[in-house]
Amino acid sequence: MSATAERGVNALREQIDAPVASFFSSCVSCGLCADACIFFQETQDPQYTPIRKVELLRRVWENEYTLFGRVKSMVGFGNEVTEEDFTEAEKLVYDSCTMCGRCTMVCPVGNDITMMIRKMREGMSAAGHAPVELIGAAKRHTSGNSPMGDLSKAIEAQVKHAIADTGIEIEFDKPGVDYLVILSAQEIAEYPEVIGAMARIFEKAGVTWTISREAFEATNVGVQIGNRDVAKYLVTRVVEAAEKLKVTKVISPECGHAYQALRWEGPNLIGREYEFEVVHIIELLDQLRAEGKLKTSGKDEDKITFHDPCQINRRGGINKEPRRLLNMVAENFVETDDAGTMNWCCSAGGGVGANERAEDLKNAAFQLKKRQFEKVAPDKIVTMCAFCHHTLENALEDNDMDIEVAGLTEMMAEYLEDED
Amino acid sequence: MNNPNFDLLMFARGPLFDIALLVFVAGVLIRIVEILVLGRKKDFSKAKGNPVQQGIKTIFTRTLPRPGAIKANPITIVGGYVFHIGFFIAFLLFVPHIALIEELTGLSWPGVGRVIIESATVLAVIAGLALIYTRWRDPVRRKLTTWVDYLVLILSLLPLITGYVAVNKLFGDPTFMMALHILSVDVLMIVFPFTKLMHAFTFAMARYYNGSIQGRKGAES
Repeated sequence: MSATAERGVNALREQIDAPVASFFSSCVSCGLCADACIFFQETQDPQYTPIRKVELLRRVWENEYTLFGRVKSMVGFGNEVTEEDFTEAEKLVYDSCTMCGRCTMVCPVGNDITMMIRKMREGMSAAGHAPVELIGAAKRHTSGNSPMGDLSKAIEAQVKHAIADTGIEIEFDKPGVDYLVILSAQEIAEYPEVIGAMARIFEKAGVTWTISREAFEATNVGVQIGNRDVAKYLVTRVVEAAEKLKVTKVISPECGHAYQALRWEGPNLIGREYEFEVVHIIELLDQLRAEGKLKTSGKDEDKITFHDPCQINRRGGINKEPRRLLNMVAENFVETDDAGTMNWCCSAGGGVGANERAEDLKNAAFQLKKRQFEKVAPDKIVTMCAFCHHTLENALEDNDMDIEVAGLTEMMAEYLEDED
Repeated sequence: MNNPNFDLLMFARGPLFDIALLVFVAGVLIRIVEILVLGRKKDFSKAKGNPVQQGIKTIFTRTLPRPGAIKANPITIVGGYVFHIGFFIAFLLFVPHIALIEELTGLSWPGVGRVIIESATVLAVIAGLALIYTRWRDPVRRKLTTWVDYLVLILSLLPLITGYVAVNKLFGDPTFMMALHILSVDVLMIVFPFTKLMHAFTFAMARYYNGSIQGRKGAES
C-alpha cells in the first residue's frame, strides 16, 4: 500500500463506530437509496447509487472490524483499499454527492449514508484526493478570513453601507450584547443586503448584537472537504471570538453547511460544549415572531415558492419556522413537490458548486429542480441559504428562466411594520 | 432395517441441527457485540429534540416506505414485504414449528391453519423469486448484487420450498424431503452470521442510530 493510501485508510479506520458497523451489517443492497439521489435521478447511472459511494469505508470495516473479515484478510482474501480505489472514488464521494441526506431518509434498514459520506471524505482528504478547489478554499480560509479570500475590507464596507442605508448603528466587537452575528462569505460578497435587513429587524425587536472582526465568517470548508483539523480550526475561531465577547448566543447565518458545522459538528470538533448557544437566523426570527417582536405589514402579491436548504431542513431540523415566517409576508405561497423534509438539493451543496470537475453533473442535477419550478411557475423563489440562493440564481439564468431568488431574512425586513 | 433417508433425517435434526444452532446463536452474538464495542463518541452539541425517543420511534416508522417509493420500486418493496411476512408466518405460526420452538425454549403460542401457512409459503416463494429477478434485471441492483446476495436469497427460499414439498408429499420420499427441509434450515442458520442475513437483527440498531442522530437535531427521520 502506498503511503498516501495508508494515510487514507488510517483516517477511515478512525471514522468507524457502532453506527457505521450497524449500517454496513444491515445493508441488503436493495438499491432503494438510488432513487433518493438527485445525481442518480438525473443520470440514471447506477454508479451513483449512494451506498456504493461509501464502499471503501465498508471495506475497511469488513477487513478490520469483523471477525470473518479479519480471518479472510489473514489468509490473504482481504479486500485491501488501494491508491487506485481512492482515485476512483473521487467522483463518487465529491462530485456526485452534495450530502443532501435524502438517501438517509429512505433507507429501509435506516442507514445514515450521508453521515458515512462525511466520514468517507475524511479518508479521501487524508489520502490526498480532495478536489483542488476545496483545498484552495481551505488554504484561503485558514490563512485568512474566508474561503473566498480576504474579506476584512469588504465586511467593513458592507457594514458601513448598511449603516448608511438603515440609519442604524452597527458596532464591531461591541461588548455586553446578547448576540454575535456571523455571516457567510457568499452574503458578504454577493448578498450584503442581509446585514441591513438584520439591523432593521433586530432594532425593532430590541435584540442587541455585534459582529466580530476576528470571526465574521461562518462557513467551514473543513466539513465539506472532510478534514477535521481544518473544520476544528475554523470553528475554534468563532468559538473563541464568541466566548471573548461573552455573548449568550451566536447567530448562524443563512448558510446550510455553516449551520451544520457550527451548531452540530462544532462542539464535537472542539470536544466540549460551548459557553453560548447557536441559533439559526430563521429560528431566531420565528422566535421573535412568536414573542410578538417581529411584526410585518402588507404582503408580497407575487407567486412565491420556498427552497429548503438540505443542511438546514432535512439535516438541521428547521422545517416549519421558515413557512410560518413566509406566510406572514407572502400572499400567494405555493410549495413545490417534495417540499419540506424531502426537498431536492439545489444541485451544488456539499462542495459540488466549487468543484469544476462536477460542473456537468451539477447542471444535470439542476434539471430536477427546474422541472419542479416549472410546475409551480413561481415569480419568486425564497430560500434561507446564501449558497442555495447563489446556485439557484445562476442555474435559473443558465436555463433561461426568469425567476427572482430572495433570502428569507431580507424578505421579512422588507415587510417590517413601521409603526413609529 | 437400514433406511438411509431416515438416517439423514436424524442427522439433520440431531447433531447437525445442534451445530447449526450453536453457530447461529454464537455467531449472531459475536456480530452484535462486535458492533456495540465500537461505541460512539459523546455528542457535545446541545440537543434540540429527543434522540432516544426518536431512535426508538424510527425502529418502527422506517418499516413503511416514503410516499412514491412503491411506484418507483414496486418489485423490491412489495416483494420485500410479501417475502418477509410470508416467511415469518410460515416459520413462526406453523404448529410443528411452534412445537419445536417450545421444545427448545419452553415458549409457545397458537398457530394458524394449513391454508394460511401454505398460502404464505407460496406467496413468499413467488416474492423471493421476484426479488432475485429484480436483482438480476435492474441495473442499480445488478451492480450492487454479489453472488452472496443470490446465495442468501436462494438459501432463504429453500426451507420454504422443501417444507412445502415435504408436508404435502408432492414428490420424492417424504422422509428424504423432510431431511432436505431440515438440512436447508441447518445451512441457513450456519451462513446467517457471516452474511447479510444479519440485517434481521442489526436493522433495529441501524434504524435506532439513524433516528437518534436526526432526532438530536430536531430533524425528521
